[in-house]
Amino acid sequence: MRNTAMNMVHKLAARDERVLYIGSDPGAGTLRNMSKEFPKRHLIEGISEAHIIGMSAGLAMEGFVPYVNTIATFLTRRCYEQVAVDLCLHNLPVRLIANGGGLVYAPLGPTHQAIEDIAIMRALPNMTVICPCDADEAARMMEQTLDWKGPIYIRLGKGGDAVVSKAEHGFEIGKAILMRPPGDVVMVTTGIMLQRALAAADLLAAQGIRAGILHMHTVKPLDTEALLQAVRATRLLVTLEEHVPSGGLGSAVAETLIDKLGSGLPAMLRLSLPDRFMHNYGSQDSLLKKHGLSANAIATSIEHALAASRTASPQLHST
Amino acid sequence: MIQTSPHAEAALTCTLDERSLYLRRLVLGSVRSAGRGHVGPALSLIEMVRVLYDDVLRIDPKNPRDPNRDRAILSKGHGCLALYALLADRGFFPLSELDGFCGTDSILGGHPEYGMVPGVEASTGALGHGLSIGVGLALAARMRERSYRTFVLLGDGEINEGSVWEAAMGAAKHGLDNLVAMIDYNKLQSYGPTDYVLPLEPLADKWRSFGFAVQEVNGHDVGALRTVLKQIPPVAGKPTAIICHTVKGKGLPAAESNADWHHKNKLSDSELDAIRVAVGDF
Repeated sequence: MRNTAMNMVHKLAARDERVLYIGSDPGAGTLRNMSKEFPKRHLIEGISEAHIIGMSAGLAMEGFVPYVNTIATFLTRRCYEQVAVDLCLHNLPVRLIANGGGLVYAPLGPTHQAIEDIAIMRALPNMTVICPCDADEAARMMEQTLDWKGPIYIRLGKGGDAVVSKAEHGFEIGKAILMRPPGDVVMVTTGIMLQRALAAADLLAAQGIRAGILHMHTVKPLDTEALLQAVRATRLLVTLEEHVPSGGLGSAVAETLIDKLGSGLPAMLRLSLPDRFMHNYGSQDSLLKKHGLSANAIATSIEHALAASRTASPQLHST
Repeated sequence: MIQTSPHAEAALTCTLDERSLYLRRLVLGSVRSAGRGHVGPALSLIEMVRVLYDDVLRIDPKNPRDPNRDRAILSKGHGCLALYALLADRGFFPLSELDGFCGTDSILGGHPEYGMVPGVEASTGALGHGLSIGVGLALAARMRERSYRTFVLLGDGEINEGSVWEAAMGAAKHGLDNLVAMIDYNKLQSYGPTDYVLPLEPLADKWRSFGFAVQEVNGHDVGALRTVLKQIPPVAGKPTAIICHTVKGKGLPAAESNADWHHKNKLSDSELDAIRVAVGDF
């Protein structure tokens, strides 16, 4: 996914002279071909994220479309004020390409694990937040970023994620993709939780449970219409995210449902990471599994929630 | 210790001409109307902004978005009263707007906002942002082969921020000789002396070592400022830092070098009388 997104920057740069790549201190050889073909538009500016965001704002004020790239935690935590003031307040078309969203950098520990990035980016007015699920979707997403007004936070996965998105679904920023029709349950996913949801849906099908999947690649702006349609067609809504429970996809969905439905809320289950820093290493997969976000664990949680919803009136559940 | 500089000593003693007094009357009129304002930081800045807008910047108030205009960013956004006075006087917006300073529906807030105030290039107020934005503007000028120059006005307290020095390294890396950082070195930040809060000296050496061509000047000497600012860049291939030795609250004896006047709320009758004595009736 990461290589694809990077190569798309090169491709967009070839098509549009406004496009810049700005890295802090990325891996050796990042976009080497672009650096040869467009040396003036391939900028490596050092481990100085606060400065890089401000500089990108200045370039965007002059008509450029900078794609700024570094590790997700450094692109969000380190320079939050610059993102808020220089990018969002001025509503400038800077694209933040965040490597290693979620637990991709699991073995590197909590300084590198982006577990609250969606929340803090989503809180900013004018910011768009996108979490593609695989390389193919990342490519379709990047095509849409060129002329999008305002800043975008792009949360990339690890690379090598199983390709599950489909070309026929297309990609439109802010438009969710219904991967499987609503059934007894609808899982709302973002990023690489889609792969886990698809596997969980297969496990549930073996138990006679029909599971729909709504892939919410854009967490902000949230596709309210698609969400409401899914809610009307199911008994249980489940959100899945590689993120702390505060402020991410589950929060966005819950907020939207409260605002739109008021008292008629559906039964809902939010599956997420716990509200704490991870003091474990291992791999993205092993940490997801440890925190109940493997396909098996998701299927089991849904079975229990469905059983509970049969005996209780609809209410908002939280893990 | 802050090194004594002949420019700093001259800043303390130099007199102000009628235009400088007039601009101070505009600033203090806004403070009187609003019952608040960053007085000291604006008064130290006035001659720097005045010379920029009167004599240096290639700008047209009737076409404030001209792509070839020189860019100026007030990175120390809390000094905005000086900028507002100049912009109003130069016709970017009516002088009457100054009376609405900080009002609910005013275009003029306690920090300047892009899109709200004609002539303001960037929203500032959070310190340490302007020089990076300026690097972006200056780099864009080079990439677009445009001749405009970018001036960034920084406070001395502001350059406590690490992001300023990140930006300085970036400016030097790119050899942005179309970028000028002007430091309002009044040596007094919100709490007290810069030397106490976080010593900056040797300040000129710092900028020099970061790759800038450095000039020092009495920041209230209009003629000296003109001379320095008309020789940009002093060194080809290097960004410029102009250390402007100033006096916080310059022109108002009660406010000069007095941290209590960093931000001022309602002016008392006796303070208003003292202002009239210092800068004339307003």
